[in-house]
Amino acid sequence: MDLSQSPSEQGFRAEVRAWIEKNLPEGWGTPAFKDPRSFEERVAFSKEWEAKLAKDGWVGIHWPKEYGGRGASYMEQIIFHEEMARARAPQLFINFVGTNLAGPTIMAHGTEEQKKRYLPPILSMEEIWCQGFSEPNAGSDLANVQTRAEDKGDHFVVNGQKIWTSFAHVADWCLLLCRTDTSVAKHKGLSYLLVDMKLPGIDPRPLKQITGDAEFNEVFFTDCVVPKEYLLGEMNMGWSYANTTLSHERGPAFLGHQIRFRNVLRDLFEAAKKTERDGVPVSEHPAFRQKLAAAYAELEIMRYIGLRNITSILKHGRPGTEGSVAKLYWSHMVRRMQELALSVTGPAGALDGEDAMGRGQWQRGYLMSFAQTIAAGSTEIQKNIISERVLGMPRGEVWAPKGRSGAAGSKGSA
Amino acid sequence: MDFDFSPDQYTLRDEARRFLEAQCPTGHVREFIDDPAGWSSTLWKQMADLGWMGLPFPEELGGLGQSFLDLVLLLGELGRAVAPVPFLSSVAQAGQVLLRHGSAAQRERWLPGIASGEKVATLAIAEAAGSYDDAGVSAVVSGGRLSGEKRYVLDAPIADLFVVAARDGSDVRWFVVEEGADVVTQRSYDLTRPIGSVSFDGAAAEPLEAPGLEPGLGIATAALTAEMVGTASKILDLSVSYAKEREQFGRPIGSFQAIKHKCAEMLTDLESSRSAAFYACWAVATDAEDAPLAVAVAKSYCSDALARLGGEGVQVHGGIAFTWEHDMHLFLKRIKTAEALFGDAAEHRERIAQLAGL
Repeated sequence: MDLSQSPSEQGFRAEVRAWIEKNLPEGWGTPAFKDPRSFEERVAFSKEWEAKLAKDGWVGIHWPKEYGGRGASYMEQIIFHEEMARARAPQLFINFVGTNLAGPTIMAHGTEEQKKRYLPPILSMEEIWCQGFSEPNAGSDLANVQTRAEDKGDHFVVNGQKIWTSFAHVADWCLLLCRTDTSVAKHKGLSYLLVDMKLPGIDPRPLKQITGDAEFNEVFFTDCVVPKEYLLGEMNMGWSYANTTLSHERGPAFLGHQIRFRNVLRDLFEAAKKTERDGVPVSEHPAFRQKLAAAYAELEIMRYIGLRNITSILKHGRPGTEGSVAKLYWSHMVRRMQELALSVTGPAGALDGEDAMGRGQWQRGYLMSFAQTIAAGSTEIQKNIISERVLGMPRGEVWAPKGRSGAAGSKGSA
Repeated sequence: MDFDFSPDQYTLRDEARRFLEAQCPTGHVREFIDDPAGWSSTLWKQMADLGWMGLPFPEELGGLGQSFLDLVLLLGELGRAVAPVPFLSSVAQAGQVLLRHGSAAQRERWLPGIASGEKVATLAIAEAAGSYDDAGVSAVVSGGRLSGEKRYVLDAPIADLFVVAARDGSDVRWFVVEEGADVVTQRSYDLTRPIGSVSFDGAAAEPLEAPGLEPGLGIATAALTAEMVGTASKILDLSVSYAKEREQFGRPIGSFQAIKHKCAEMLTDLESSRSAAFYACWAVATDAEDAPLAVAVAKSYCSDALARLGGEGVQVHGGIAFTWEHDMHLFLKRIKTAEALFGDAAEHRERIAQLAGL
């Protein structure tokens, strides 16, 4: 066991830290800074911030140099995410799908021409991507995708409906998982299309979520004519490609996420010190103090799990048992933390928005925490995977095709 | 970045598992459960022959010159087997306190006996107040004589040497008592390990050189969590294999999501506890800055999560685990006892609150 950092890792950390200090948006993190709240404000804000990152080569740092990335090592990626989180820097938002999902998938399965055509504009932010995976009847059962791409010789005709598609109404391209063969088992007849969102027959409709924001969309495809050259890789290989995409959902950002959750908990501790209950600060109230400390312990353990996970990936090229339970662990940790936060606010928890404590951040955080236990493989799917693949328990009801690996759930925003 | 054990440490773990499965099946453990002071001196002698008790001690003191980290996986294996031997208390707790707090002369005097297994030492900390910290200690040493009453002392009925937390004026530190301890054997909830209360009435007590209870207390607590993880892993293994075999409604109960999801939660509790215990052990072994926090995190979390895991282990088994004949209660009671000792979850959470600036 050795948790020390090498000199080159320390050097990289200093470089990242210096860049962030110099480039964080003016006034960021101070009370005077007016956070972008509406979706439109956030899109505008993140376009500016992410373009700044892109200009200095801090977007897609894990991409190989030949495609415009830095070829950052695994440890460097971890350090990058940690430093961004430590500075509470804005998270990758508008360009997340492009750099983390679409880009790596095209890199792995695209033709040389496709790589040259699609990859550079992702890093330069000239083109924004969305991910067309989930459908009303293909959530946890992703292989049940029904959106049809009919082969008409030199083009496909696409019909169907996608849901939970982040950024669809502002995206230039869509990484679309669709059915190209209806005569075979459901996971064998899927293909990936790279779809220009400006084509006729595509109708994205914002989907208002429980927070009142509309980050997601439903996307309707009606007789949309998609040229053949937009097919990614080979026909009917979509299921195996989708596993590539989903394997990029998590990974080196884990410890960065842990630090961001710690920032949230720190804010909660401050709120608990300033809020009184029964004549004492909530932070000293026995009913809350124990729970706050428990939340702190759980958060620390997320870091320890991350350290084991990194070690396993560096040593063996894959996560160990700790990796398979990590998502289940931290997603429920976040749920508990946000529940606790609302209970700390007491009767003020009845208010929302500008009238609420912390401008409604706890109300919003509580609602958003459900995304963690539903998206990217719901808790129930995680438990199926863990019990069957790790513990070797028998399959009961058929819930997924045999041999399926990694592709649980379909929403890539974790 | 390497937060993992070495190949040698894994080899020792595998050897220990094979050895304990052969020499310490639950049939052997059960030979001692009716006697409150019972323990396996035969297993202890075999372990001494393997050199296990000498592992973490310097060669010049009769040890093998390894570190506390070399004990972590071994503690887990002994926990898996609920081995009725005083390895935790003598080697991983009292022995480590002597190693870290004792002067050169004190180490030379007491550690060779512990390293060979000829002597059994144990820590005596808690009193009527029930807490494992300075505030809970009222035993006093005056003029080299110790007076006070210690409770919940692991392996007290078989100990040759007591390493006692006591007051020296206003300071709390460790003292060694060899003669004059009045031990009352008590019925332990954990049937696999004796426990007792120990009274001192003017017993000769020698202060260990390094003052304070830390880092010794933290090491002892981290060692306990490492052992708990091993016991819990056995409970999960038993539960999963039972769920695969036991049939109801014409199919294995392990095919029902009500059972398999429970097992997935147990694995999550186990792996998160394991991460916490390993980190705490690393932190105390290397005197990391966050060692006090890591210990409190590990003990508070393992106490809750592994006790929960133990309860679910019984539930997965159903009625069969409610019987004395089934082994599950041996493991469950070990976990529940460990949950209560060396600071329960609430005590350690209060420590976390203080360390986290609440």
